Amino acid sequence: MKLLQTFALTATVAAATVLGASAPARAEGKTITLCWAAWDPANALVELSKDFTAKTGVNMKFEFVPWPNFADRMLNELNSKGKLCDLMIGDSQWIGGAAENGHYVKLNEFFDKEGIKISDFMPATVTGYAEWPKGSPNYWALPAMGDANGWTYRKDWFARPEIREEFKKKFGRELEVPKTQAELKDIAEFFQKRVIDGKTVYGAAIFTERGSEGITMGVTNALYPFGFKYQNPKKPYDMQGFVNSDDAVKGLEFYKALYKCCTPPGYSNGYMQEGLDAFKSGQVALQMNWFAFFPGLYKDPNVGGDKIGFFVNPAQKEKGSQLGGQGISVVAYSPNRAEALAYIKWFASLDTQKKWWSLGGYSCHKGVLNDPNFKNTAPFAADFLVAMDQVVDFWAEPSYAQLLLAMQKRVHDYVVADQGTAKGALDGLISDWTKVFKEDGKL
Amino acid sequence: MTDQTGLSGLVDRAALVTPPVVARRVRGLSERAIAWLFITPTMLLLLAINIFPLIWTIRLSFTNYRANRPNATVLDVGLANYQSILTDPDVWAAMTVTARFVFWSILIQTLLGFALAWLIDKKFRGHGLWTTLILLPMMLSPAVVGNFWTFLYQPQIGLFNYIISALTGAPASSFQMLAQVPLAPWAIVIVDSWMWTPYVMLICLAGLRSIPDYIYEAAEVDRASPWRQFWSITLPMALPFIMLAVLFRGIENFKMFDMVNLLTGGGPGSTTEVASITLKREAFEKWRTGYSSAFAIILFVTVFGLANIYVKALNRVKSR
Repeated sequence: MKLLQTFALTATVAAATVLGASAPARAEGKTITLCWAAWDPANALVELSKDFTAKTGVNMKFEFVPWPNFADRMLNELNSKGKLCDLMIGDSQWIGGAAENGHYVKLNEFFDKEGIKISDFMPATVTGYAEWPKGSPNYWALPAMGDANGWTYRKDWFARPEIREEFKKKFGRELEVPKTQAELKDIAEFFQKRVIDGKTVYGAAIFTERGSEGITMGVTNALYPFGFKYQNPKKPYDMQGFVNSDDAVKGLEFYKALYKCCTPPGYSNGYMQEGLDAFKSGQVALQMNWFAFFPGLYKDPNVGGDKIGFFVNPAQKEKGSQLGGQGISVVAYSPNRAEALAYIKWFASLDTQKKWWSLGGYSCHKGVLNDPNFKNTAPFAADFLVAMDQVVDFWAEPSYAQLLLAMQKRVHDYVVADQGTAKGALDGLISDWTKVFKEDGKL
Repeated sequence: MTDQTGLSGLVDRAALVTPPVVARRVRGLSERAIAWLFITPTMLLLLAINIFPLIWTIRLSFTNYRANRPNATVLDVGLANYQSILTDPDVWAAMTVTARFVFWSILIQTLLGFALAWLIDKKFRGHGLWTTLILLPMMLSPAVVGNFWTFLYQPQIGLFNYIISALTGAPASSFQMLAQVPLAPWAIVIVDSWMWTPYVMLICLAGLRSIPDYIYEAAEVDRASPWRQFWSITLPMALPFIMLAVLFRGIENFKMFDMVNLLTGGGPGSTTEVASITLKREAFEKWRTGYSSAFAIILFVTVFGLANIYVKALNRVKSR
């Protein structure tokens, strides 16, 4: 009996401890959790969200996961109907799967009720981050963080007379920001293994990562300008002659040539962080990366300020930049839906959006972007507008992960591992993608 | 005399410290029932965390289930997943990569591990310190090992490249262990061998120390040369231990994931994509749960089958 009493007492004490621990949180007001990737803009969002807490009394908790693990971790969370996240700033390609599988709350009624106009946001971001099916007025997110792939360059190196002179002698033109992909490669080749200030530097840090989405997000910046298309605009999912067109083949060959000629040694698995490391350490003249990192790079004491310049992904046959960025959604399994929706309402306001941009987040609100002074607010602001005007996104289908992994494999096999031909890689890609669409009943 | 030993004694002692109501019940139970009472929780736990998932995986392997599509209809697809896996060239490529990795890493680890054990067994001065130092890599987390070897292999600042450069005269950045197709598989074999050779050494050392000295003394009396002693006494008597080490490392390396994931992520291209990386991509990135369950079962049966054949061989060696 004594044993049972002891057990009962222990259980009571334990229960009281657990309940007691959570009691103060309830007394101080609700807490909601926002999930996103761990990167510079996330820190800006933490700062911004203090205003929300001050205004509503709802505390904010953040769950930030590094990019290479972000999709794995968060999609696991959604698929297991986890309650960790009340708000999710999920990648643009997740929208199809999250909508069809009921992970996100549909926001149309809420927008109507609260007077939030989706037309206040840049159309490309609405299509990319909020709509599913694409082109239909069904909204599952509010555009939160506009982003596209762009380039940074060493402005100080470009300005050196001896370098400029040598470049002009070699290429018959001034060393300026490249206007075409071919010019970009010329510049990268020019800087490759050049000795600057006693140190060997290299041409360009580009995306070559194999594990998650890296090389796909990089190679598309060459494919789009060369004329690659995902499908026949008149017949959805018809990929023959579009994915593997002659132009697409040229684009893929170009990316491989750029990788072979102009990247630092051992740069076979590099993505955002590796690019930042290479640029910040003064190793490369050019860096492919997301606009999201540009505010941080501009502030960098070693390579920022006057030493850094920015440019939009150059055109070739046509214009095109890979879309990045995310929308903010309310997770359907959240027990704090009202508070999460209140956050969306607060975040959608123009004042919040203006502050978001001033803190280093990329607002998608027209009220911010169409401000005549916007272009002067940061050295990369004008380029951001241009880039967002030419963005193309990867498939946002529910099976996007399968489509992405197929492309990761085909492209990495060809570009980095030197296997097969560009045409063979793109033909194989059509075969992989066709299989996925057939399984999904779309073909 | 009161039986204070054995199960009944234990039951009585347990009954003494048990509350009276419970004790009355315990005294009424048979010894077999008491035994079942004790082992049932463990068995239930094992069933819940080991057997049930296995059965569930087998069940899923015959369906088209996807964990990321909870609302989709789950269909029985029969053996389609197995057929698809066994005819998929990418799967066979991954299995080939795995087999090569297992073969070379085990060969190197066994040779080096046995050689080290043989040296350590000589009990030279400071052998205790050397044993500790040699064992250090084995105690590190694979995540730590993967990360710091990534730096060691870095073509511009990596120590490994500098050492090879110093030995061969080739420029340090002229070769890239993790980025070049011919070198990347070897980069992983080297790291795995660096980490796990001490483990093989430990098992071999146990084998060597289990050989009685009098056998060597008898061999000395018979004027057997050291070489002859090695081939006729040391190696045959340590062989069961060596084979055991090979078995353990074989099973582990067949499932290798963390190190490969950290070092190359399966690249360049698919050069180092071992079966477990393919499985992870199918299961948790593509979310083909039914398909990946079938793949997991195939891998399990392969390892289980090979291990069984091997254990039989091991038993034959031991019985000689």
